[in-house]
Amino acid sequence: MSGRERVLGRVRRALADVPREEVPYEQAVPRGYLREHGGRSVAETVELLAENLADYRALVHRCTDTGLPSLIAGLLRRHGSASVVVPPGLDPGWLAETEVTRVADTADGTPRALDGVDSVVTGCAVAVAETGTIVLDGSPDQGRRRITLVPDHHICVVRVPGQVVASVPQALGRLDPARPLTWISGPSATSDIELDRVEGVHGPRTLEVVLVTVR
Amino acid sequence: MSGTFVGMPAFPRAARTAVRDTTLRGNLRHATRTIRGKRAQAVAELADWAELREAGRRIKDHTLRHLDRYLEQVEEAVTAAGGTVHWAADADEANAIVAQLVKETGESEVVKVKSMATQEIGLNEALEAEGIRAYETDLAELIVQLGRDRPSHILVPAIHRNRGEIRDIFAREMGAWGRPAPEGLTDRPAELAEAARLHLREKFLRAKVGISGANFVVAETGTLVVVESEGNGRMCLTLPETLISVVGIEKVVPTWRDLEVFLQTLPRSSTAERMNPYTSMWTGTTDGDGPRAFHLVLLDNGRTDTLADEVGRQALRCIRCSACLNVCPVYERAGGHAYGSVYPGPIGAILSPQLRGTGSEIDASLPYASSLCGACYEVCPVAIDIPEVLVHLRERVVRGGPATRDGNKVVLRPAKGHAAERAAMRAARWAFTRPGALRAGQRLASRTRRFHPRTLPGPGRAWSASRDLPAVPAEPFRDWWQRTRGGKDTDR
Ligand code: SF4
Repeated sequence: MSGRERVLGRVRRALADVPREEVPYEQAVPRGYLREHGGRSVAETVELLAENLADYRALVHRCTDTGLPSLIAGLLRRHGSASVVVPPGLDPGWLAETEVTRVADTADGTPRALDGVDSVVTGCAVAVAETGTIVLDGSPDQGRRRITLVPDHHICVVRVPGQVVASVPQALGRLDPARPLTWISGPSATSDIELDRVEGVHGPRTLEVVLVTVR
Repeated sequence: MSGTFVGMPAFPRAARTAVRDTTLRGNLRHATRTIRGKRAQAVAELADWAELREAGRRIKDHTLRHLDRYLEQVEEAVTAAGGTVHWAADADEANAIVAQLVKETGESEVVKVKSMATQEIGLNEALEAEGIRAYETDLAELIVQLGRDRPSHILVPAIHRNRGEIRDIFAREMGAWGRPAPEGLTDRPAELAEAARLHLREKFLRAKVGISGANFVVAETGTLVVVESEGNGRMCLTLPETLISVVGIEKVVPTWRDLEVFLQTLPRSSTAERMNPYTSMWTGTTDGDGPRAFHLVLLDNGRTDTLADEVGRQALRCIRCSACLNVCPVYERAGGHAYGSVYPGPIGAILSPQLRGTGSEIDASLPYASSLCGACYEVCPVAIDIPEVLVHLRERVVRGGPATRDGNKVVLRPAKGHAAERAAMRAARWAFTRPGALRAGQRLASRTRRFHPRTLPGPGRAWSASRDLPAVPAEPFRDWWQRTRGGKDTDR
C-alpha cells in the first residue's frame, strides 16, 4: 500500500464517528469578528500605518510624487550606498536623482552577487495599517523575493492612500495567492537571547518605508 | 516511532532535577513572565478576540472532521502549481523520503528553518546517518545545535540559556561548523546576533537545498505559509534550488480567507506582536523566482491516532503559538526538557502521549504534569480544552480502554495498577509540595468545568482523594493571577 492510501485510510477510519453530510464549511465557521478595528477616515488609516511601521522600527518618510526622486536619492546617500538593486518594472523616474550603480534583478544573478549590493528600492502590493505591514507580491516593481532579502537596506515605496488597507482581512482580499508573497513588518528581529529584541538578524537591517501621496 | 529523547526520565523525576537548577529557573521565569505580560497587551488591542478565537476553533474543527477531503484538495492544488506531494505514515517514512530527495539533488548539506515537525521525526539525525549535514538557521536552534543541546520551548528553544552561556557556545563551537565567531565576542545580544548573521550567511548563499515546515497549508489554493522573525526562513525558502517542506496533516485550513483569522491570532499569541517581522506564502513554484523544485511531505506520525479519539482530537487544532507554555506554572518551574519531547508544556502534555501512545513511563506520566489550573485553556487562541484532555488521558492511563495505535484499533490494558498510581502520585506530590505551582492549581477544586466532577477510577481514585492534597483556597485563579502575576510573591 502506498503512503498516500495508508494515511488517507487511517484518516477515514479515525473519522468513522463523523457524519459525511455534516454542516458544510460555509455554515461551520461563524465570522462574527470585525473586518477592521475601529472606524477611521482614510487619512487616519494612513496615519496609523505610519505609527505602526515606526513602532516596529521601520523608518517612515512621507512625500509627494514630485518629491520622491530626491527623497530616495537622499536616503541612499545617507545610508552610504554605492549600489542599488532595481526591479525590472520600477518607475525609472524614482531613481532619476541618484548616481549610485544600478544592479538589475535578473534570473541568472546569484545570491552571492546580491550580497555585494548595498540597497534595494521597490514598490509594494498593499500595506496594512493595523499591523504596520507591507506586502510584496513579486510584481515587476517589486522583483524576485531574494532582492529584498539579501541586501542590508530596503527602501519600500507605498502609494497612499491607494495601496493602504486597514486590516489583515482586507489585505488578504486584495492579494493573489498564486503569487509568491512576503509580508514584512519592520526589519527582521530576534528575541532569542533572553528575550531582548535585536533588530536585523538575516534580512535587511534597515527598512525605510516611503509613503508617497500621488497627486 | 522516534521523537522520545532517549533515556529521558519520566516527568516528575526530570522536573525535580530542573527545579533544582537555579540558572534554568531564573532564565525561564524571566522569559515566560516577559512574554505573557506582552501577550495580554497585544490581545487586548483586538476588541473581537473572542470571535477570532471561536472562528479559529471552528475552522480547525471543521477541517479535522473532513480531513481526508481537504488533504486530497491540498494534493491536487500543490501538484497543479508545480509541486510534488509525498505522504509519510510515520517518522521513518518521512525521513527516508527527505533523505532520498536530498540525495537526488547530489547535495550533502541542507539549510533548515525551525520546524517542530522535523524535530519530532528526528530528521537531522536521520540525515546525518545518510551522510547529509543539516544546518539549523534559527538563532535559537543554532544555539541549541552548537551547544549539542535540546530545545526547551516551542518558540524560544534556547530559553534555558542566558547570554553568557550563548557567548561561550558561539566562541567555542562556531569554528567547527563554519565561520568562527569574531575575536573578542562579548555577551551583548546585538553582537551575538551579528555573529550568527555572519556565520549563517555563507551557508545561505551556497545552499542548494532548503528544508522547512509550515504553519498553514491552504487547501483551495495549495499555498504554504511560514511565519517567522529573523529572515532565516525567507533565506531557506527562496535562495535554494530545491525546497522540501515537511508538514503535519493537521496544518491544513480550507480557504485562503481562513488565514485572516490565524494571521491575527498567531503573532499576538506567540510573540505578542501585532504581526511578526516576516511571513512567507508560496504556491508551488514560480518561474524565475525561488526554488525550481518544491516537495511537500505530508506527515501522519500519530496524528490519525490522535484524530481517532473524539475527546483528544482537539489537540490537533494547535497552531503552536506557545502561549500555554508561558502561562503554565508547572512549565515555568520544570522547564521544557522535563517533558521529554519536542512538544513541552501543556500542549506537550496532551499531544505527546497521543502521538506516541502512553506505553512509556514518560508518556504515561505526562498527563499528570499539570495542576489543572486552566490558564492554558484561557489563553489558547483555538480554545483547546487542555484540562479536559488531560483528565481524559489520565483515565486512559489508569483504566485502559480502546485507543488507536499506528492506525489499528487496540484495547489498552490499565497501566499496571501500582505503576500508574506511583507515576500519578509522584507527579502529584511533585506539584503539591511546591507552594508556587500548587497555588496556581487551586482552581482544580473550585472550577465548574466539565472535568471537575469526575473522579479518577481505579488507582487514580487514590490520587484524586490524596491525603497530600492541601486545602483549597476560595480565591479563583484569575483573581489570584492578577494579584500576584503568576506567583511572583510566592517562595520558590
Ligand atoms: S495548545 Fe493552544 S495555546 Fe498551546 S501552543 Fe497550541 S494553540 Fe498555542
